[in-house]
Amino acid sequence: MGNPNVGKSVVFSRLTGTHVITSNFPGTTVDYSQGATCLGRERVFIIDAPGTYSLDPTNPAEEVSLRILNEADIVVNVIDATNLERNLILTLELLSRNVPLLVVLNLWDEAAHTGIEIDVSRLQELLGVPVIPTVAVTGEGIAELASYFSQDVPVPEQKNYSDQEKWVMIGQITREVQTITHRHHTLRDLISDITIKPITGLPVAVLVILVSLWTVIFIGETCITYLTDPLFELYLPIITQLSDFIGPGFVQQVLIGQMVNGGIDFEQSMGILTTGLYVPFGIVLPYVIVFYILAALLEDSGYLPRLATLTDTFFHRLGMHGYGIVPVFLGLGCNVPGILATRVLETRKQRFIAATLIAISIPCMAKTAMIFGTIGQFGFLYILLVIAVLAVVYITIGMILSRVIHGECPEIFLEIPPYRTPRLNMVLKKTWMRLVAFIAEAVPYLFLGVLLVNILYATGFLAWLGTVLAPLIVSWLGLPKEASGALLTGFLRKDLAIGMLLPLDMTPQQMVVAVTTLTMYFPCAGAFAVLYRELGFSGMIKSVIVMATTAFFVGGIMRFILIGI
Amino acid sequence: MAISVLELEEGKTAKIIGIQGGHGMQNQLRSIGILEGKDIVVVTHHPFKGPVVVKIDRKMISLGRGLASRIMVEMTS
Repeated sequence: MGNPNVGKSVVFSRLTGTHVITSNFPGTTVDYSQGATCLGRERVFIIDAPGTYSLDPTNPAEEVSLRILNEADIVVNVIDATNLERNLILTLELLSRNVPLLVVLNLWDEAAHTGIEIDVSRLQELLGVPVIPTVAVTGEGIAELASYFSQDVPVPEQKNYSDQEKWVMIGQITREVQTITHRHHTLRDLISDITIKPITGLPVAVLVILVSLWTVIFIGETCITYLTDPLFELYLPIITQLSDFIGPGFVQQVLIGQMVNGGIDFEQSMGILTTGLYVPFGIVLPYVIVFYILAALLEDSGYLPRLATLTDTFFHRLGMHGYGIVPVFLGLGCNVPGILATRVLETRKQRFIAATLIAISIPCMAKTAMIFGTIGQFGFLYILLVIAVLAVVYITIGMILSRVIHGECPEIFLEIPPYRTPRLNMVLKKTWMRLVAFIAEAVPYLFLGVLLVNILYATGFLAWLGTVLAPLIVSWLGLPKEASGALLTGFLRKDLAIGMLLPLDMTPQQMVVAVTTLTMYFPCAGAFAVLYRELGFSGMIKSVIVMATTAFFVGGIMRFILIGI
Repeated sequence: MAISVLELEEGKTAKIIGIQGGHGMQNQLRSIGILEGKDIVVVTHHPFKGPVVVKIDRKMISLGRGLASRIMVEMTS
């Protein structure tokens, strides 16, 4: 265990070979991960605890750490060599715990680089426990650390200090072992200053975000045209044969869907094996991959905490703080990891606001594809209109929720790490892990949603419900009554809605109303499942009520403004 | 003269002389390195009641205004 952002997870994955997500960003590990490694004949279980500044827990992640500590046989305290003094606070607290302790002095290369020298043997004497310098990202020193596990690690002499004595001790130790050579201002410092000051930082932030989004769209589109579309081209004859083999009926309806112009159309047939496969893998996945690579680059370089600081002024008004940018950012890829990331916020209130707002107005790649697919034909201005409405809704609902909901809204309190050059293998590894999580956690629910809707559709239930709700859709939203079917289907399957809305021959204004409502009123089945996991049953229900009310209300207002009465 | 970090001008260095608030608050701030006796520099104040970015021991920290107003400092020069 150790302070946030010192490289515990890297040390952990080096020791166990397990892949865990690491970032140049405090608070990445909120859950703990567990792994095993073999030393000689013995199996050793290793647990990666969330970062903590002290054993006096102030947030959920720190409480988890404390629980883990109480069960450990040996504690490995990872400390940041560039920040010795502050890290020693936790070390001293651990020394008083009466457990065998190893101290890992990580980021050893960065310390040397910034002109910090530490006398390791002296530090070892003063602390009375083994101290091992490491560079975890390259693996330096890890073998030495592992060799300690098979030895008897001595329990340090128990020392109990009062708070005051602790600070004095730390000061003494630091002075004795650490020499700092003066260092001139580097280019890195300059960039650091430029990106944190509001006057220069905000334009840079806008630029970074725009360039990122443009890259995602550009590379994503290229992948679709040259990679996934040709692949599905190859898949078409196989699935057509299967369809002929099954023959018309209920099963074909669910698996393959409807024939469009006498053949299968991946965008409009709507079967599980046709549209159900094409949308997540053919359209969404390419964007998600590019997006996650970019997200990893931004995280590992250390830019995200700066972005969090710059956006804090904004998020603070909505009951959150600058950290709120992280779930929003990840949510643009897929809402599922976005909602999971709301755990970086401290209180229940903040997490509820963040998760609900993501589900309402942060379009994931699938929703974005839907928006572009349906409205793109009318021109960019209409797309901009949808995005603007979503932004206004995000702010308005956030302000309302932050006032209505009880609970605390802690302020931003965040260390800004130095810029580090992202390592390619780390970026790729992280992208890979997030992709696996996306496929494992979001796609199954997507299929479940598809299955459910197709069965409801095949049995005629949707058509019936559509007729019941049609008057509402026609009078309140000003849409043709056939659109009610699309809106209902979109309950669990946004992807289908494209195919169902396009043939309706609506005006651009009607399409904007339909698509905006569809984007806001309910997340996909996957996001729904994580909402339940993160907020609990009552939290999820409240969240859904907020969503449905907002979508209905905003849809109605848009109708009166855009279409008239 | 004692002022809070909130009132400290950008680019000015001061010495931390105390942290106002309960035990929990003091420990929270201390554990990230905000300690009495340390030199603190304000890197930037974000406008519209935004956060304050400070530098202590070469480490940059973003603080909400409430937290910044609890850190009392004394100008060194």
